[in-house]
Order: sequence, then C-alpha cells, then structure tokens
Amino acid sequence: MSAPAATIGAVGRTSRIPLPALAATSLVLVTTAIVFVFFVAPTDANQGFSQRIFYFHVSIAITAYACFAGAAWQAFRLLWKRDPLADLKSYVCVHQGVIFGTLVLITGSIWAKISWGRWWLWSSDQLVLFLVLFLFYCAYFMLRFSLDPGPQRANLSAVYALFGVVLIPVSFAAIRLAKDIIHPVVFTLHGPNFGGWILVTYCISQVAMLVLAYTLYRVELAGKQLDGRIRELREVLA
Amino acid sequence: MRYFRDVGALARKDLLLELRARDTLPAMVLFVAAVFVVFHFALPESPSRLETVGLLWVAILFTALLGLGRAFVPEREQRTLDGLVLAPCDRSAIWLAKSLATFAFLAAAEVVALPLYAIFFHRVGGATIAAVVLADIGICAVGTFLGAMAVATRARDLLLPLLFLPLAIPIVVGAVGASVVDSPGRYLGFLALYDALFAVVCWASFEYVVAE
Amino acid sequence: MLVARRLGKRFGEKRVLRGIDLDLATGGFLVVTGPNGSGKTTLLRICAGLAQPTEGTIERAVSRGAIGYLGHEPLVYRELTALENLELYGRLYRIAERRERIGMLLERFGLWEVRHERVASYSRGMTQRLALCRVLLHDPELLVLDEPYNALDEAGAELLDAQLAELRGERTFLLATHEPARLAPFASGRLALAA
Repeated sequence: MSAPAATIGAVGRTSRIPLPALAATSLVLVTTAIVFVFFVAPTDANQGFSQRIFYFHVSIAITAYACFAGAAWQAFRLLWKRDPLADLKSYVCVHQGVIFGTLVLITGSIWAKISWGRWWLWSSDQLVLFLVLFLFYCAYFMLRFSLDPGPQRANLSAVYALFGVVLIPVSFAAIRLAKDIIHPVVFTLHGPNFGGWILVTYCISQVAMLVLAYTLYRVELAGKQLDGRIRELREVLA
Repeated sequence: MRYFRDVGALARKDLLLELRARDTLPAMVLFVAAVFVVFHFALPESPSRLETVGLLWVAILFTALLGLGRAFVPEREQRTLDGLVLAPCDRSAIWLAKSLATFAFLAAAEVVALPLYAIFFHRVGGATIAAVVLADIGICAVGTFLGAMAVATRARDLLLPLLFLPLAIPIVVGAVGASVVDSPGRYLGFLALYDALFAVVCWASFEYVVAE
Repeated sequence: MLVARRLGKRFGEKRVLRGIDLDLATGGFLVVTGPNGSGKTTLLRICAGLAQPTEGTIERAVSRGAIGYLGHEPLVYRELTALENLELYGRLYRIAERRERIGMLLERFGLWEVRHERVASYSRGMTQRLALCRVLLHDPELLVLDEPYNALDEAGAELLDAQLAELRGERTFLLATHEPARLAPFASGRLALAA
C-alpha cells in the first residue's frame, strides 16, 4: 500500500520536470508566441491580418496529432508492458488531443469565415480530417463512459486509441482521393511561404503549443492520480 | 492448419445460428429495399449517377450496420462468449469467423440489393461489383471487431454506429470513387490497402477485446 | 496447481474481493462457501482465467485448454442442438475421438434421446446437465464449478455426485456452493468468503 503523496507535484512522478516550472515556461512561451504572431510576423500580402491565425491553426493541429500519437503509444505500452498507469496517460492524451482538435476546428472555421466568408470549407483537407478525428475520438469517450473502470475498459480504450492512429493517415489519403470525385472548389487554405520572421514566428508558436499541451497533460494526469489515491485512502478507512 | 479449422467450426456455428433464427438476413434485405424507395422520394427527378451511387453506398453501410449490430447478440445474451474465450484456440479466430459469417450475410443481402438498385436507378458496372467485394471485407472486418467492443458496454446498440462510422469513411470514399471514376484502379487499390491494414490490426488486437 | 496471494477485485467503486489467499494442490478438492454477494462467482471466474484481478497475483500450473468452467450460465447456444453444441466445443478443444466421447457423455447424463433437439426446448435441469457434458468434454485437469447443483433436478444431482466420486483424486476441483454438507465427503479444504 503506497503512502499518500504530500504535494501535487510529487504525485505524478512521471517526469523530473516540476509542474510549477513547466506552467511558468508555457505561460512565457504562449505570451511570446502571441506577441510574435500579432506584432512581429509580417502581414501577408494576399490575406492580410486574418492570416495570422494560421500560425496557431497549424501549430495546434500538429500538437493535436502529437497528443493522439502519444495516446497510441501509451495504449501500446498498456497492452504490451501491462503498465497500469498507461491507461490513465492514454486517456489524458486523448482528452488533450480532442481539446486541441476542437481548437483546430474553431481556428480553421474563423479563418475560413474571415478569408472566404464561409464558416466551413469541405475543400480544406486539414479541417475535414480533424472533423473525422473529432468524431472518432468523441466516440472514444462514449466508449469509455459506457464501461465500468477496470482492466476491460483499459484494454478496449487502448485498442481504440491504436485504431485512431492508424485511421489518421488512412483518412488523410481518403480525403485526398475524394477530391477527384467531387469537383474541387476554389477556396483552399494555403500555408504561408516560409522564410525569415515567418519561420521564426511559426516555430515559437509551435513550441509554445506543444509545451502548453504537455503542461495541461501533466496537470490533468496529476489531478486524476490524486483522485485515485483519495479513493484508495477512502477504501482503507472504510 | 488448426487455426483455420477453429475458424471453420466457429463460422459454421454462426451460419447455423442465423439459419435457425432467420431474422437478420430478411431484415437486411427488406431494409435495403425500403431505403431505396426512400431515396426515390428524397432525391430530385432523374438523379445523376454520382448522386445515386453515393446513396447506394450509404444504403449498404447502414444495412451492414443492421447486420453487425446483431452479430454478437447470441454471445451476449447467453454469455457464450465466455465459453469461446475459455477454449484453447486463438481468440482472433472468434473475430475472423464472425467476420466471415457477417460477410456472407452482407453479400447475400447485396445479391438482392444490387439488382434492385440497377432496376430502380442506374446500371451497376464491374468496377462497382469489385468495390462491393472489397468494401464488404473492410466493413465486416472492422465492424465485427467494433461490434465485439460495443457488446461489452452498457450502451451496446447505441455505440456501434458511433464507433463504426468514422472508420467507415475511407471505405465510402474508396467505394464511391471506384464506382464513379473512369479508371477505378486507384480507388480499388486504396480499398485493398484499407482492408489489409485494418484486418491486421483487428487480428492482432482482438485478444484484448474479449479477454481481460 | 493454483496459488493466489492477496487477490482483490474491484468493479468501479465496488470492492468485491479483498485479500484472498488460495492454495489448491493437484488432486485437491476446495469448496468455497459464502453468502450471496461475497464474491464466490468472481473468485471462480478469476481462477478459471475469465477475469483478471485488480490486486494480488494468481498462478496456474495448467494451460487454458485443461480448465473446465461451469458458471451460472450454461454457456451453450440455445438455438443449436445438444449435439451441435458439443461438436463445436469438441472441435475447439481438439478432442480425439470426438463423436465417441460426445455420445458417451450424452448417454451418461441422460440426454442421448434429445440430442437432436434445440437446447431452447430443454428444461433447466436438462440444460444444466448439458453444461456438465460441456465441462467434462475435454477431460480437464482443473474443474471450476460455480454452484453446479443449483439448476439440477434430483436425478441430475445424483449423476453429478457419481461423477465427482469418480474423478475425486484424479482431477483437481474448485467448487462454490450453498450446500457445503453435500460436498463434505469430497472436500479436502474449505474457503469461506465474507460478504
């Protein structure tokens, strides 16, 4: 029977980086990113001010992919190594992935509205892919909440998370293929031509988003572990 | 090989069960016919080939869902899955056998559905038939797998469509593309790739779905 | 043959088993007793390999194919005949001389006459007897039986008594029951679970 942990930082024991330092770092990085995106990066000739949202849109998208990949990795570790903590880690990764995925959809939608006057663009591969993934991972939560906690729920969640990571490239290929069936529409999301301050701004916002995601992941993981410990203690006392 | 003998014994059991119960297959056939009639009223006058092909695949998908939802019902209601899991055979044989049986039912329903479609709407070409076969493999492999997962939950019938539809989107793309485009090779190849990829993933991970 | 240490099982918030220690030697006959809800079924399912414990360890010296499990459900398909059910399990367990063994068991448990009828038409006692046939079909080394006398009629119970007497000592038994007195002549050990 493990002793209860004294502080939130110590409960995790998942990495050597202390949580308060991590939170401070992500705050600094996100602020820097915002400054760079809105004040430092040059204005795009074609799309003007609205194109700035693109820095966040892409970096959030990459971060979401990283979360789903992380979830699949933890799922694999659960099934292969039987690491009991891996189920919780996988779940938190999926949760973060869905949060960031929702932000992708929102930022993409805002960008589409500002640039093309429409709230949704079926011609944007990235947006459609995230819509499919959003549906897929929402079903993950439905699956999870429809099962009692235990080894079966962990196993099924893990298998589903692995399916997700296989689905990502397959869906992307499918969406590209679908373009040839349905006549492509003129509107598309174009990336900026990289160079100079644009690249710097993008890199900063990408790192900021990744660190932010990792911070939120650690916070949620620590919170859930604390819940688990409290439950254990309650049982011992009961 | 012993594995395939196990699969054969299990598939035989599934086919026998359906032959005795005689409820899933007639329901699927009736459903697809009814859906076609609904299409007629839902579509504009003399719909284009592209429109009706798209709806054909929607009809096939939902007919398949009907059958997939019933696939593990005997194992669930009578808890016989425990009996199968206890047996020394590879657990993935349960999945493979169930997929083969479901494939048989889906194909049987399509034997009625495709001619009906040709009569009601548009001629069905060779590429469409090839697409049907390849798509069915993917639908049955993934759908049976997810059906086993759904059956273990409280939500059961509610959950299967939610789990299945996002994964079915690539199948729809491949199938519709192959049915419509002049050179369907790329789409049929994509369907085959999907089948191979997900069949392997299902085969490797079914163990974890049924055993704790 | 079966060793469990500090076994625990939790379903969500509910703790069903806690700190169970179990030692079952080859050839032993362990009787598990306890009121309803004390976790007998859960314990037997874990021992048979159908469930994983959430705490503690369990070690089995037998492979999956050498375990026979009888639960509260008979684990037979109601729409199939007795013969078809046993044929299926016979194939899955790779039994040599399948037909002969099936025939012998059906006859012993008085089901030979109805072997071609669907299980759905059987009485509860007949279904339970078929379940016993299923359990004994592959001649398992470890028999895990969860309240086997529950659904049996008097004739069936006598058949089971005879079967237990025949196999006592040669096979290992783990039984849960409400009537420990009936099994007293067989039992080599007792495990009582508290609610």
